[in-house]
Amino acid sequence: MTQIISLFQAAIVFGTVILFGATGEILTEKSGNLNLGVPGIMYLGGIAGLVSAFFYEANTANPSAIVAVLLATLCAFLASALGGLIYSFLTISLRANQNVTGLTLTIFGGGVANFFGGSLNKLAGGVGQISVAVTSGGFRTKLPGLSHLGTVGELFFSYGFMVYLAIVIAIVTQYFLTKSRSGLNLRAVGENPGTADAAGINVTRNKYLATCIGAGISGLGGLYYVMDYTKGTWANDGGIEGLGWLAVALVIFATWKSVNAIWGSYLFGLLSWMYFYVPGLTRSSQEIFKMLPYLVTIAVLIIISLRNRKENQPPASLGLAYFREER
Amino acid sequence: MVFLETATAVQMKDVTKRFGEVVANNKVNLELKRGEILSLLGENGSGKTTLMNMLAGIYYPDEGQIVVNGKDVAIRSPKDAYDLGIGMIHQHFKLVDVFTAAENIVLGLEEKGKLDRKAIAVKVKEISDKYGFDIDPNQKVYDMTVSQKQTVEIVKVLYRGADILILDEPTAVLTPQETDKLFAVMRNMKADGKALVIITHKLHEVMDVSDRVAVLRKGEYIGDVATTDTDPQKLTDMMVGHAVTLNIDRPKADKLTERIEVEHLTVKDKDGINRLTDVSFTAMGGEILGIAGISGSGQKQLLEAIAGLQIAEEGSHILYKDPEGKEHELLGKNPLDIAKMGVALSFVPEDRLGMGLVGDMDLTDNMLLRSYLTGRGAFADRKAPKKLANNVVDELEVVTPSIATQVRKLSGGNVQKVLVGREIAMNPTVLMSAYAVRGLDINTSYTIYNLMTEQKMKGVAVIYVGEDLDVLLELCDRILVLCGGQVSGIVDGRNTSKEQIGLMMTQLQDKEAKA
Amino acid sequence: MSSTHEHKEPMIRISKRTGISKPKAWGIRAIALVLALIVAGLVIFAIVKLSPLKVYATMFKGALGSPRRVWATIRDTMMMLCIAIGLAPAFKMRFWNIGAEGQVLVGGIATAFCMINFPTLPAPVLFLVMILASIIAGGIWGLIPGIFKAKWNTNETLFTLMMNYVAIQLTSYSVAKWESPPGSNSVGVINQNTNIGWFPSILGNDYVLNVIIVMALAVGMYIYLKYSKQGYEISVVGSSENTARYAGINVKKVYIRTMALSGAICGIAGFLTVSGASHTISTATAGGRGFTAIIVAWLAKFNTFVMILISFLLIFLEKGAVEIASQYNLNEYASSIITGIILFFILGSEFFINYKVNFRHGRH
Repeated sequence: MTQIISLFQAAIVFGTVILFGATGEILTEKSGNLNLGVPGIMYLGGIAGLVSAFFYEANTANPSAIVAVLLATLCAFLASALGGLIYSFLTISLRANQNVTGLTLTIFGGGVANFFGGSLNKLAGGVGQISVAVTSGGFRTKLPGLSHLGTVGELFFSYGFMVYLAIVIAIVTQYFLTKSRSGLNLRAVGENPGTADAAGINVTRNKYLATCIGAGISGLGGLYYVMDYTKGTWANDGGIEGLGWLAVALVIFATWKSVNAIWGSYLFGLLSWMYFYVPGLTRSSQEIFKMLPYLVTIAVLIIISLRNRKENQPPASLGLAYFREER
Repeated sequence: MVFLETATAVQMKDVTKRFGEVVANNKVNLELKRGEILSLLGENGSGKTTLMNMLAGIYYPDEGQIVVNGKDVAIRSPKDAYDLGIGMIHQHFKLVDVFTAAENIVLGLEEKGKLDRKAIAVKVKEISDKYGFDIDPNQKVYDMTVSQKQTVEIVKVLYRGADILILDEPTAVLTPQETDKLFAVMRNMKADGKALVIITHKLHEVMDVSDRVAVLRKGEYIGDVATTDTDPQKLTDMMVGHAVTLNIDRPKADKLTERIEVEHLTVKDKDGINRLTDVSFTAMGGEILGIAGISGSGQKQLLEAIAGLQIAEEGSHILYKDPEGKEHELLGKNPLDIAKMGVALSFVPEDRLGMGLVGDMDLTDNMLLRSYLTGRGAFADRKAPKKLANNVVDELEVVTPSIATQVRKLSGGNVQKVLVGREIAMNPTVLMSAYAVRGLDINTSYTIYNLMTEQKMKGVAVIYVGEDLDVLLELCDRILVLCGGQVSGIVDGRNTSKEQIGLMMTQLQDKEAKA
Repeated sequence: MSSTHEHKEPMIRISKRTGISKPKAWGIRAIALVLALIVAGLVIFAIVKLSPLKVYATMFKGALGSPRRVWATIRDTMMMLCIAIGLAPAFKMRFWNIGAEGQVLVGGIATAFCMINFPTLPAPVLFLVMILASIIAGGIWGLIPGIFKAKWNTNETLFTLMMNYVAIQLTSYSVAKWESPPGSNSVGVINQNTNIGWFPSILGNDYVLNVIIVMALAVGMYIYLKYSKQGYEISVVGSSENTARYAGINVKKVYIRTMALSGAICGIAGFLTVSGASHTISTATAGGRGFTAIIVAWLAKFNTFVMILISFLLIFLEKGAVEIASQYNLNEYASSIITGIILFFILGSEFFINYKVNFRHGRH
């Protein structure tokens, strides 16, 4: 029983990281931008949160957890949105190729994060790792009262606030995209920018906004990884990059619906941690187990192209730059 | 007071629009009144759509004045047009496939907040009931027939409060029943005091639905006439003008041999709509067979079917009879199969840089397109194509810096010469061309005509799809007229009048009789 | 309400260029590179407070300061180049093969498998087996998304991306299988004592064979794309599927064949790394080069000789940044930052090559 509970807990924590990443990327892709810079953006979010928390804690006598959390979240969001802005400027205004720009952003974001992450470790004394205990503690504060409700409490209420924030953002994103007029206009931009343009929708503005806000949301995944998953430390182990690509996979798995991404992310979490709990696995067959999320995503990708249902397809103009030719 | 001010909805005064050298509209005057349906009539390229696009905010006029509701206005975007109550239903629908009707209708409206689907559905229903539309607000566009999509476009315009509606060839894609329904709706809108313009080539529809007809020809405004005061013959005369003598040489070949026999050819597009219906004819070696018709009447599908690029319905046949008299079925084969069967078939498609040539490649490599598989080994032989490119440049006087220039950098006429030159160099027994002189100057056009005739005299079966009736009548031995994907007749090029063909293009003879 | 518009032209009007001369295009790229170096220099200055010139001198030393370093730079340049060469035919066909990372890894796994399992084969035979195994492994990895693209139009960008991670897990699996010594979670140097399956050194240098193989591939790919019938088919399919059909080209076949080729060459890159450089296999064997090479291939416009230049530039930066890092006690990720900045600038510069920007002039 405790095994199963701890598996589910691990899955939810793991899932939350990629749920942020995927929700942000869904918003971005709905505008027609395929941003392969998600790993880089999550890196930026993670390091910005960590650095801001580090300096706040280092320079304040009695750091307050709430201030630290707010500051780290804000910095993570802004830094990631800035990454989105670089991508937007290059692909939307300068019409650079989206795939190549996204990959470059991943290299750049990873470089910035690991550079400063490594330097922070050095600043902290050169030995061991830095830690931002107060901030990380703030992020990991469980809901008071509810987490003691036995199994239910352990399963559903034993997490920091960002687990719930991720769910809320995913639901709000879904609501925005399907139920609001602005969401409708945004989707039109991603499906058919020519039609959207003719209907009086500002294609450029919509793409910029969706990409930058989407990047901001994705970046929170990096923040959660740093503050909760690794408990306020930094390791140059490429952990965020792997999770970033998994977030891109999750977008496909969820067929571009952020509500699907909620359970999809936990499923990915389960699949990724399952090896730990399946008895009798050798170390090598564990690695085969970890392939599952990607294999499942490939299967979904193939199925949606076979079934060819319009609702499950990627946005029709995904990956293409829009240029209203000289009329 | 309202009535006085708005009796005239739109006035266009001396409106001119140029695209580069081409004058699309030359000092056109047009008046549109409330509570009337105006037909805008003219051949392809006569400037009808361009003129209306200036009302819809797609183009901005170079000269002239547009007056809407008595006010001098500048319309620079579709949004400006909407604000003035002008809505245009384009030939190519601007709809998002995965959205519902209702979602498409409210797209881009400047209202914030929640998308209240119920309220939208109520308003859509109101509009539908008022004018007699049949529309389900929750249906997805990809599930709709063409007619339903068109309905969404019209309701979209009405939803935005348009009282001046422009419909660009709305019946081109509709069945007769759907057309009747559309016309009923149009009459309801007219009764409601709206002003409507319908762009069309179909004379019986003009007679059927409109109150007044305005005619354009080659960008010039010819005149307007009340529908009750005219008939299809008079309208055709206005539309095509008097025959012009071009002095194209038309010798007769010594011998005619059957080369291609098309039998009961039916082709559907991916939406399941018939683009060609039961087309049968024979093309002879030693003659030029002209294909006339309003553009989009199935010309493209016909040529592509012969070239092995279309899938035809069951029961269709295209037989090729080689010089030895043997017959080969061409349907179901791809271009390479056809070539391997020894059928020398040359094809100059309408879309020169999208199908016939590769714009990014130079002349030599474009010559290679038809011959890259020749010769043994893994490498493509570029010697022969290079020689061919030089020959084409010399013989057809192609203006190009060198044969290493990318073809997309050449002018339209030179691009066409490269394409025609390559196709003729294949020593074809069948030569097909679609709009071979579109966009070319007079001299180049004559070069092309002469090349066609030269091929004909060599015994080649030439199929020439054209749009200028004067040219068709002087160049071709026989002319097949297509109307809505059906053969409306095959006539002798030497003793048929322009008016006769014009009439056949716009109405099927037997269908008209039934109606 | 709309009747009072002023006649106004937009501030900036953008139009497509019909053509640009080669020197001008390269001029624009050179300006972008210089700007990028200035910006990167400022970033370095902000961090280490050193004159950028001095920094660049240090970088030069790091990349080319001694024969050993020169050879390391050459070795890594060849690896990057090899992957980019593999990507060239796919990209020329407008097929987004993002899966090079995985194709390199499976090529590497196949090579390591042969080194471990067939140590008794005579060296020439073993080399043949290794190269064939890596070609087949990489080819299959490219073939799978190619087939799905051809038959069902399955999105190739996302498919190849996922295949990378399947390959990474497969690598982890292999590492766990071949672990040596047990518990180290690494394969260690394969055949360390016997050097079986290692590239022989030629003229006293370990990496000469790498250079020979990759240069042969570069020349071969250049010729293949430019002069062969198949290369011609690839460019027609890449330009317009309609034209390809018109010319009787079997578009599906070209997709599948080209992707197999693309994956196979990336597989060879895995072979080069395992047999010709690191003599081990790990998830870091491809080291992100599979992604960076995408950018190399794209920027070089499929010209394999231009790829040499760009690969060299990126590896030079990487080696140089590592040197700065060790000299000034920073970490080596500085190189990713500099690489990112330079690539951003070069990517942005393409806009000014393809489009003309017209500013409003007082006409009205």
